[in-house]
Amino acid sequence: MWAALAGAFTNSVFGILRAYILIALWQARPGLAGYDLTDAVTYCFVTQALIAPMQLFGGGLGLPERIRSGDIALDLVRPAPLQLWTLAEDTGRAAYLFLVRGLPPMVVGAAVFGITLPAGAGQGAAFLAGLVLAVVVSFGWRYLVALSVCWLVDDRGVAVLSLVLSTFFSGLMLPLRIFPGALGDLAAALPWAAMVQVPTDLYLGAAPVLPSLAFQAFWAVVLLGLGALATRAIRHKVMIQGG
Amino acid sequence: MVRTYFLLAWTWTRAAAAYPVSFWLMTVLSLAVAATDLAVILVVFANTTSLAGFSREEVLFLYGAASLPFTLCDLFVSNLDRVSRHIKDGTLDTFLIRPAGAWLQLATDRFTPTRAGRVVQAAVVLVWAVAALDLDPGRLWMLPVMTATGLVIFTSLWTLAGAAQFALTDAPEVVNAFTYGGHQLTQYPLAIYGRDLVRGVTYVLPLAFVNWQPGLYVLGRADPFGTPEFMRFLGPVAAPALALLAALAWRQGVRHYRSTGS
Amino acid sequence: MIELDRAGRTFKVRRNVVHAVRDLSFTVSAGEFVGCLGPNGAGKSTTIKMLCGILTPTSGRVRVAGLDPSRRRTALARRIGVVFGQRTTLWWDLPLADSFELIRLLHKIERAAFRARLAELTDTLDLGAFLRTPVRQLSLGQRMRGDLAAALLHAPEVLVLDEPTIGLDVVSKAGIREFLLRVNAEQGTTVLLTTHDLGDVERLCRRVVLIDHGRLAFDGTLADLMATAPAHEDIEDVVTRLYKGEAVLADGGPAGADQ
Repeated sequence: MWAALAGAFTNSVFGILRAYILIALWQARPGLAGYDLTDAVTYCFVTQALIAPMQLFGGGLGLPERIRSGDIALDLVRPAPLQLWTLAEDTGRAAYLFLVRGLPPMVVGAAVFGITLPAGAGQGAAFLAGLVLAVVVSFGWRYLVALSVCWLVDDRGVAVLSLVLSTFFSGLMLPLRIFPGALGDLAAALPWAAMVQVPTDLYLGAAPVLPSLAFQAFWAVVLLGLGALATRAIRHKVMIQGG
Repeated sequence: MVRTYFLLAWTWTRAAAAYPVSFWLMTVLSLAVAATDLAVILVVFANTTSLAGFSREEVLFLYGAASLPFTLCDLFVSNLDRVSRHIKDGTLDTFLIRPAGAWLQLATDRFTPTRAGRVVQAAVVLVWAVAALDLDPGRLWMLPVMTATGLVIFTSLWTLAGAAQFALTDAPEVVNAFTYGGHQLTQYPLAIYGRDLVRGVTYVLPLAFVNWQPGLYVLGRADPFGTPEFMRFLGPVAAPALALLAALAWRQGVRHYRSTGS
Repeated sequence: MIELDRAGRTFKVRRNVVHAVRDLSFTVSAGEFVGCLGPNGAGKSTTIKMLCGILTPTSGRVRVAGLDPSRRRTALARRIGVVFGQRTTLWWDLPLADSFELIRLLHKIERAAFRARLAELTDTLDLGAFLRTPVRQLSLGQRMRGDLAAALLHAPEVLVLDEPTIGLDVVSKAGIREFLLRVNAEQGTTVLLTTHDLGDVERLCRRVVLIDHGRLAFDGTLADLMATAPAHEDIEDVVTRLYKGEAVLADGGPAGADQ
């Protein structure tokens, strides 16, 4: 409870600091990337709210510890498939974290600067759908990162790499739309965009709904598929080598 | 005390160097993490030539001037914010039975030189910006002064963060808003922030003296908020005051420590 | 060497004030070997932590080696050795030898003196086989021997041990006990230990201090303690009755309470 409040506080402070950068930029370039000033500020606080549910700083799955301790063998013999089981757990946690750590920064943003709400029920529903898919994509990625412990001596490297990718290429630090040229095109096509940029655009009504959801669904399927293969590989490894 | 610090740090370095691949990988990746802040500035300036009246070179100067002391503190004292972790694990007791200050031991605990790359990166950006800006050479004496001021301010912040964790064992993340938040704030010209916020970081938590006030002097610019000229030189007054406060808070924290467990 | 004078420590838990230790007074002279007994939660660990300066007493006076522990913590650390049975004071990720080297640096021990001392401890505690092993990979018995060596490298005048034999097998326990007796006898080191193992008390301690509900419940020799009970009872019976608060002592009140 206190930990969640502390996290919400920190997310809010960073939200305010980042908002000022975007305000300064949008004052210099009104209407940049199709956002007006209020959109830019709203973008900042919505993305700040997504940090905790998307676990953008990494972790949240507890799998690496279980792999290192060998407890993963117990998970693999459970009747529920490991990947599905972990996904269910993660989705529940994401919903909780969105409420306790996501909403406070948005309230703070609304109080300090004023932010917009989704225009109408349709846009709100699109955002919720995008949010759910974003959680699945984020899970798919972190599941792969977590299982990589199996094949690596030192998993800190992958964790840090994942941190860089999911904070910078997700649109958390800046909207991907203002990334210059080819970097922008690349960032918009990568799975991390589906975690933050796409749901936030759905919130703002700044992107077409169906193609956005399709983009997220594509990456969800790809990452979950790779995750299923990784699960099979790890099962094989545990059975042969005994963990 | 400095000698003890480096001896302790050296022991941790040797332990880390036993795994050279991890060591270099972490050095490179820690550099990548720090580089994302720089990348954000560059992306912003890919879209505009001026931010709140400051050019790209000026912002990079401020970024470098804030990041150099910050990354040095990140390297040398940032482990102070693990106090609550140590309290929860019950490992703080062991620091208190050794004949060295708890502060010194906590600061150096798990010292990892892999963060040194960030210091180099900050220094390179600062030097590049100074070279690119065509500054008045007569004002460059301020650079070492502001770096030292920044070191004292950020070290004090981390000390306060550690001290606060004696009370906030369950909510350690709060202190990040002040340590890492302090760095986030000072990377940009304070001109972009609201007047009240800038007042707060000038007169309450003196972050403005890390790079903003002395930086304005080096850049030869007036303060957009209209503070008088003598404020540019108050860093060496504000920093020790904050350090004193931090030292007192730390003492209070240790004295009120309630060792738990068996 | 150790003096407690009406020492007390309270904790605020929610709105209540809990007295972990209250009005605790006893002294330990140089060269003594004292066992501190008491049921779980009696205040033994709080007492130990006040003695090494980890906790500041909320009332009364504490002196160890003539110093006020909480005010002169680092000065005191040079003169006492502390071992916690439940958790290591060594660096988890470093090999034992590196931990010792760090302790040498912290205590500013001369290199030659350190080598001699380490050789001696390595020999008596039989550490040779695992000096290069990271602490986290040591067995509990090995780790405890490492911890003991670490606490004695700087040749302290006082050794304070909080449950040093907890969780150890019989052989390790016997080894540790024998070592502690030697340290006490050969170097005159004052030893105070807490334990739940009455074997420790029987083998090691000439004197017993019993703490219950944060107060002194008994202070005297082991023989005195046994004398409070009928002859057929063994130490376990006596202590069990004391813990349950049933024992009526010879003089009609808690012995040593006015000391």
